[in-house]
Amino acid sequence: MPRQTPSQTIGPFFGFGLAPDQYGFAGTAVGSGTVAADQVAGQRIRVVGRVFDGAGAVIPDALIEIWQADAAGRCDGFANEPPSGRSGAPFTGFGRAGTGARSDGRFEFDTIKPGSVDGLQAPHLQVTLFMRGLLRHVVTRVYFADEHEANLRDPVLCAVPRNRRDTLIARCDDAHSSHTYSFDIHMQGERETVFFDV
Amino acid sequence: MTTSESDRSSQPPYRYPDYVSTRLRAPTQPPIRIPGFSSRHAGPALDDSALSPLDADLTRNGRRNGEPVGERIIVTGRIIDEIGRPVPGALLEIWQANAAGRYIQPTDQHDAPLDPNFLGTGRCRSDATGHYGFRTIKPGAYPWQNHPNAWRPNHIHLSLFGPDFGSRLVTQMYFQGDPLLPLDPIFNSVPEDARDLLVAQFELDRTEPGVALAFRFDIVLRGPRATPREA
Repeated sequence: MPRQTPSQTIGPFFGFGLAPDQYGFAGTAVGSGTVAADQVAGQRIRVVGRVFDGAGAVIPDALIEIWQADAAGRCDGFANEPPSGRSGAPFTGFGRAGTGARSDGRFEFDTIKPGSVDGLQAPHLQVTLFMRGLLRHVVTRVYFADEHEANLRDPVLCAVPRNRRDTLIARCDDAHSSHTYSFDIHMQGERETVFFDV
Repeated sequence: MTTSESDRSSQPPYRYPDYVSTRLRAPTQPPIRIPGFSSRHAGPALDDSALSPLDADLTRNGRRNGEPVGERIIVTGRIIDEIGRPVPGALLEIWQANAAGRYIQPTDQHDAPLDPNFLGTGRCRSDATGHYGFRTIKPGAYPWQNHPNAWRPNHIHLSLFGPDFGSRLVTQMYFQGDPLLPLDPIFNSVPEDARDLLVAQFELDRTEPGVALAFRFDIVLRGPRATPREA
């Protein structure tokens, strides 16, 4: 049986290659912080946050990728259709943001609120996180604080110890009328974010 | 198709103290296992319109007033899954230092020259049989701050999107015979019996006489461990 190629850290200098548009270089990326163009149907939301290390310092060289369903809960994957057939798709559900693109280390995604993918799971974003010092990527999820009822029934959240579920729930910032959610990621410490083995 | 228990025996741990940056960044709690989770999520359908033919030739895609400096190389290989099936249509993103060991990223402060004709980034996709290839300049070694007199071996960074969410991979490709390999904590974080999987092999048959040397780097993406089931 072939053995998996080992993972290695993304290192500190990925910006020009993986997110050139965000780091001041010419060239296009396969994903950006703008996940949903204006014509995509759904409730517009912004998800912002920072990534913290075990000493509480903001991590300025992380890459965050999100993947999500559309407003109707559809999640058309790579596996379902050859990628070449997806050229120019208005909503891929995929976003990518580096935390070194802004001086304050914040990542920002402008997207739409996803629907429930199977009627069971609460609306959420799937998150993949890479950084210098992380030899394998980690996977987590962003749930939404204003989906309280759906969150209570979500089978994935229910598999998480109750005292750690809050680490997966983005807070709605009422000061913004534009539905901005705040989601910080903590690699270690009392508020260490829950990561999933997928 | 489902992805069942995965063989992680070739993967590095999160915490590897010799690689100092892992100490404050490695998660301390075990990841929470959710059976079936990745099978519900295929993977993102990426927009192909971003790719251009020149993306796979790093010796050309950054030219401004001449050719990049350094040793031209061709990197080819085959992408398969854990049961040996080819992975067609995988997206590879490539980034690396130039021949002098310097990245164009402004945060790279290494005092080595930038090359005005080399960007060090490219992309390609695997074909119907899982084969991929790109042309570049062999990257130089460079010092880093991990420990006194620390140097990274020559390496090319690779990011891959395979057929499902679970097959996502970011890794580094190294070169056969590099004397820095046994000294590098990032390379050594991989279990000893799996380190060769990250080392590209010189391949005389694929060299382009008079033009470029060639290296072969095959890639095995995670999944599926269970018997494939047609949708």
